[in-house]
Amino acid sequence: MEPILALELIVRAVIVSALLQLAFAMMTRWERRAMAQMQWRIGPNRAGPAGIFQPFADGLKLLFKEQLMPDGARPFLYLVAPCISLVVALTSFSVIPTQLGNWPFPVEGRSLFQIADIDVGVLFLLGITSLSVYGIVLGGWASGNKYSLIGSIRASAQMVSYELALGTALLSPLLMVGSLSFREIAQFQSGGAWLVLSQPLAAIIFMISALAETNRAPFDLPEAEQELGAGFHTEYSGMRFSLFFMAEYIAMITVSSVLVTVFFGGPILLPFMSADAFLFSESFFWYAFKILICMFCFIWIRATFPRFRYDQLMNIGWRVLLPLGLMNLAITAVGVVFQMPWWGYTIAICGAVALLYVGGKLSRRQESNH
Amino acid sequence: MDRVIDDLIALGKGLSITFKNYLEKPVTKQYPEEKRDIPKRARGRHVLHRYNDGLERCVGCLLCQGTCPAGAIYIEAEENDKENPVSKGERHAKVFDVDLLRCIYCGHCEMACPTNAITLENNTALAGFTRESLLMHKEDLLEPEGSSTLGTTEYWDPKPPEDLSHRVPAQTGEFDGSSTSAAAVGRGDLDLNKAPKKPTRKEGDNA
Ligand code: SF4
Ligand code: SF4
Repeated sequence: MEPILALELIVRAVIVSALLQLAFAMMTRWERRAMAQMQWRIGPNRAGPAGIFQPFADGLKLLFKEQLMPDGARPFLYLVAPCISLVVALTSFSVIPTQLGNWPFPVEGRSLFQIADIDVGVLFLLGITSLSVYGIVLGGWASGNKYSLIGSIRASAQMVSYELALGTALLSPLLMVGSLSFREIAQFQSGGAWLVLSQPLAAIIFMISALAETNRAPFDLPEAEQELGAGFHTEYSGMRFSLFFMAEYIAMITVSSVLVTVFFGGPILLPFMSADAFLFSESFFWYAFKILICMFCFIWIRATFPRFRYDQLMNIGWRVLLPLGLMNLAITAVGVVFQMPWWGYTIAICGAVALLYVGGKLSRRQESNH
Repeated sequence: MDRVIDDLIALGKGLSITFKNYLEKPVTKQYPEEKRDIPKRARGRHVLHRYNDGLERCVGCLLCQGTCPAGAIYIEAEENDKENPVSKGERHAKVFDVDLLRCIYCGHCEMACPTNAITLENNTALAGFTRESLLMHKEDLLEPEGSSTLGTTEYWDPKPPEDLSHRVPAQTGEFDGSSTSAAAVGRGDLDLNKAPKKPTRKEGDNA
């Protein structure tokens, strides 16, 4: 690689990670404000107008806090675990196309924030995000605290279970597109139906397992405050804790980017609109707007639902999401073979779900008659 | 599978509730700038009252100290100087300390007081950096010279019935203790020479 190109990549990577961290800071404030609003409170409003400097105040506080390390900790792993989490979260964002054309940040045919436009973007992303469990597991184990250990064991079991559902949910749209590159997936939806219209079930499964993958409420069992005392990051204080925190939020942004790119047309403004219909029909801003909506849903769900029990978590993962995902995959595969139009998938999948619903109701009635 | 869909619908209902809340106005009051109205008879910090002529109502009878369930009151009584009295009774309180950290704001002291000298007022913003700052002395509790109020005893909600056998002393100027009288402990606005009026009893009142 030419040195100048490498330098450009490095600069872009630094810009993207800085922006992501800024986004994380603003997310924490927004989350606290929005959740407060949902609970009829006001939320942080003292630091700056409407509390916009709150995250910086928090950051300063965390920076100057004492960095404790428990006696029973394994120092190397203890220190490296939060870094793993953060690096993984930042890396996985590098393959997301935030815009298709040159507008508004032209870098000679590439989008500014997509650092690597690789052909197997989806595979890369799945691989990298599954590494994030190492940060959590090692952090919990190296703390030398049994509650942290329980938290990280929960995390590993949860992530392994939901990775399957996540994978099957992604496979169906990938089958339709026939490519693993995020850019091609986004281009596939330009001028046609967004994949959420033809794959509604996959989108729902993806959303639920994305919540579980990012350890967000109601799937935040690894950091259950009530029973584990914050779980895997109990022993972390100051900036080390905030690295975990940052990783969680950046993972949320990444996961919503995948959702937006694969199911909601990426940076395209409206369904059935072609990417080059007019200047604004495809831009980074629409993409950012869609991400904001996803983030709001994350907050909204966190403010609404209580945490699942562990057996419920496993039931949902293995007995609901995975079979549904496989069914969806089978239907899609048949559809691809017969070259169905996009609404063919919708009808077939909704029909199958309706059949399951009616069948379940009927069999239950029969049971109660006996 | 049917249960899963039913559950999803239920989850949607939950989401709609939080979203409705999101659009509503918060109920938070921004405390130091914006204060909530508290009931007139809310029991906050104590105030020691004066008569119109500036003399202290407290006669150092120690009834409040005796009744206080928390042992929060400490009083040292002193004989009044006849020429230059501090209170209208024989004695007055030389030291009157209330430990706000011990006090449970039960209001027993104001009920026990025969002269309505002590009441719990609406000042509920009680905070301090040291224990000493929350130990109230007589100077802190006494209302300023020239002011003469009755405090919360003025407000009755609901109003006591007119023909109550035990009258409200602060309003009637009449004290009905069954074993003592305001005059006996030096209730200042009563004529000491005139015997206190007998409380009227209704028929069938077996109090
Ligand atoms: S309010 Fe109750 S606890 Fe407080 S000083 Fe009076 S009698 Fe004691
Ligand atoms: S009961 Fe009243 S008069 Fe007696 S010492 Fe207490 S405040 Fe003073």
